[in-house]
Amino acid sequence: MSTDTETHGGGHDDEWFASATKIYPLATHGLFRRIKWALLFITLGIYYFLPFIRYDRGPNAPSQAVLVDMDNARGYFFFIEIWPQEVYYLTGLLIIAAVTLFLMNAVAGRIWCGYLCPQTVWTDLFLWVERKVEGDRRERIAFDKQPWSATKLGKRATKHFFWLMIAWWTGGAWVLYFNDAPTLVWQLLTFQAPMVAYMWIGILTATTYLLAGFMREQVCIYMCPWPRIQAALTDEKALNVTYRWDRGEPRGSLKHNKQLEAQGLPSGDCIDCYQCFQVCPTGVDIRKGPQLDCIQCGLCIDACDNIMTKIGKPTGLIAYDTDENIERRIEGKEPVYEIVRVRTVIYVAVIAVVGIIMLAALLTRDFADISVLHDRNPVYVEQSDGSVRNGYTVRLSNKRRHDRHFMLHVEGMPPNTMVEAVGVTETFAGRPIVQVGPDTTREIRVLVTSPPWEKMPHSTPVTFRITESVMGEVITAKDTFKAPDPD
Amino acid sequence: MSDTHPKEVDQVSGVETTGHEWDGLKELNNPLPKWWLYLFYVTIVWAVIYWVLYPSWPLISSYTTGVLGSSQRAEALAALEEGVAGRSQFADQIVATPLEDISSDQQLLQFAMANGRAAFGDNCAPCHGAGGTGFEGYPNLQDDTWIWGGTLDDIHTTLLHGIRVDNDDARFGEMPAYGRDELLTKEEISQVANYVASRTGLETDEGVDLAAGETLYVDNCAACHGDNLEGIQDVGAPSLMSANYLYGKSLDAIKAQITNPRNGVMPAWEDRLDPATIKSLTVYVHAFGGGQ
Repeated sequence: MSTDTETHGGGHDDEWFASATKIYPLATHGLFRRIKWALLFITLGIYYFLPFIRYDRGPNAPSQAVLVDMDNARGYFFFIEIWPQEVYYLTGLLIIAAVTLFLMNAVAGRIWCGYLCPQTVWTDLFLWVERKVEGDRRERIAFDKQPWSATKLGKRATKHFFWLMIAWWTGGAWVLYFNDAPTLVWQLLTFQAPMVAYMWIGILTATTYLLAGFMREQVCIYMCPWPRIQAALTDEKALNVTYRWDRGEPRGSLKHNKQLEAQGLPSGDCIDCYQCFQVCPTGVDIRKGPQLDCIQCGLCIDACDNIMTKIGKPTGLIAYDTDENIERRIEGKEPVYEIVRVRTVIYVAVIAVVGIIMLAALLTRDFADISVLHDRNPVYVEQSDGSVRNGYTVRLSNKRRHDRHFMLHVEGMPPNTMVEAVGVTETFAGRPIVQVGPDTTREIRVLVTSPPWEKMPHSTPVTFRITESVMGEVITAKDTFKAPDPD
Repeated sequence: MSDTHPKEVDQVSGVETTGHEWDGLKELNNPLPKWWLYLFYVTIVWAVIYWVLYPSWPLISSYTTGVLGSSQRAEALAALEEGVAGRSQFADQIVATPLEDISSDQQLLQFAMANGRAAFGDNCAPCHGAGGTGFEGYPNLQDDTWIWGGTLDDIHTTLLHGIRVDNDDARFGEMPAYGRDELLTKEEISQVANYVASRTGLETDEGVDLAAGETLYVDNCAACHGDNLEGIQDVGAPSLMSANYLYGKSLDAIKAQITNPRNGVMPAWEDRLDPATIKSLTVYVHAFGGGQ
């Protein structure tokens, strides 16, 4: 950001609004670059190809491993099937994701930003295309200054063509998560896909193209809230991409530093080569210390290590390190790395607790459900024979993929209580047997009538119990049976 | 404005200040990015385009409609029509299916119940109550006391043709005004009322000749209300043994009804509602629980 203000000109607007300085990141190689390539392949590979993975769920069910079925209001993730009333799983996932982000941050700073964030990954891919077409940093700077020519036009067109192709594929992959992928691909190719699919592809093509091709680091610096939150979450024990100024300063050219050394004066290892600055995808000078613009991708570590090796100095002038360790080194103490500390333990504990709760809920969840709603008006009906009748709206859910039958029993009522379900003729020992179709819910009106000779209290707690006919799965719901005041 | 204050650079951050100062605190000038400014301009341009395309500005008695002719009301009406069209398939099926078979088809039953619930709220609830429990003079549809019968067919007939209204097939049955038309004397009315009260568990007046009351009942009332006060649904004569009396269950109410009877009416709905809705209502009312 500071570089922006330094370059602004004299016009009135320029005082209050600054043009973004174009950044030309230099290619580099090394450990962190390799990690970034590997993660790029893995994350984009998952994103682009996951919808094509098949998972057999038997008849009447989609065979796509990961699918959000909007029309039928179901979410599928391999063996997990989520109904709309179970979106709390999503809440659990979001809690785990948030705390994992905190944990990552407490351990090693913005590894999310530097390696995993879609903005970073796609920008990296787009930069790779740019580099392949227009050359590395120096060539690109020169290329931008060239006057328009057929060659320049051709290269520009090539770059934008590949960018748009990637962007289009990104949008295309997105919609595949909401429809059967192979079918939709065919529909898209034959222009028979639903309008909304084309619309989403259009939107995501545009956002990918704009954000990864043009906005790049501006997204991280101005749009994303995480750098602000991250700054509040980090501490002196968190590993961050750090310029070890205790070792680097005073910086100077290689020649100058050698002269100082020869005279026995203090001289740092930083030779002011600006490689760390040139490889930086957000245009940060890491030597200014931790800053909001730095996404901590580690590329400056690679660049600096390469230089240090060349000039015969130990690597690690820029490295993942903690604020605390710099202080310790100045004081002549050994560096310490406390990954296990109160906050990381708390984060791990929260993740574990939420994870266990979700897993337990998932493993013990029911494949049937019952909800009972007592009639509000009338609360009870007195019959001519002295009996009292209550009406309930009962909703049964069958989450299995086949027809199932449930025996309905109302517990807590005196013997000879009559339980009828409107539209249900099949009974067993006076208990209605309700058939519910595959993967559906069925609403029935249930009438419970007390025996005529029984004086019912004003309110009787009752339990509606359904028993599945084959597996014997039992689900209950509580309600009350109302009657006129006995006095 | 830039000329009115000298350039000043903050020592700590190296950033220029705006020259604004509050109690010694100076504002740094960290300029917004240009693209942000341009996006702001884009939103302004977009707003102007929107005014032209869509309804936006209020006028005194109307509003600017926009050249696209977009209207949420029209969209809602179109959606409504679509809904009605979607329903017509079920409605046709309801009409084609005999009443007793509707409840054995899950989908039809669900449709009939939902359709019936809506139609009941619109048309029936004003007299019979939102829950169908009725009021004095308006029968309770929830209990098992039926004046004109509580089978699906009975309910359907009542709904179609109404009660004591101008319809060729309307149900008719009128209780004579024994007091007003001087068919019985006041004393006789008291006797027969006390007799009915005694049979149905109400307290009776002291010193009334119940035997005379019984004779009067057999001579005047039994033809319609039955020898055992059980009522005859064909003529709409309610059971007098019932727990629920349409016009109140007390000795005074019985006397009032014999003296100057009220004969309530119900409209014939065949002229007002479509056959599918009337059938849905029949199923819905029957499913209250009192249906026979």
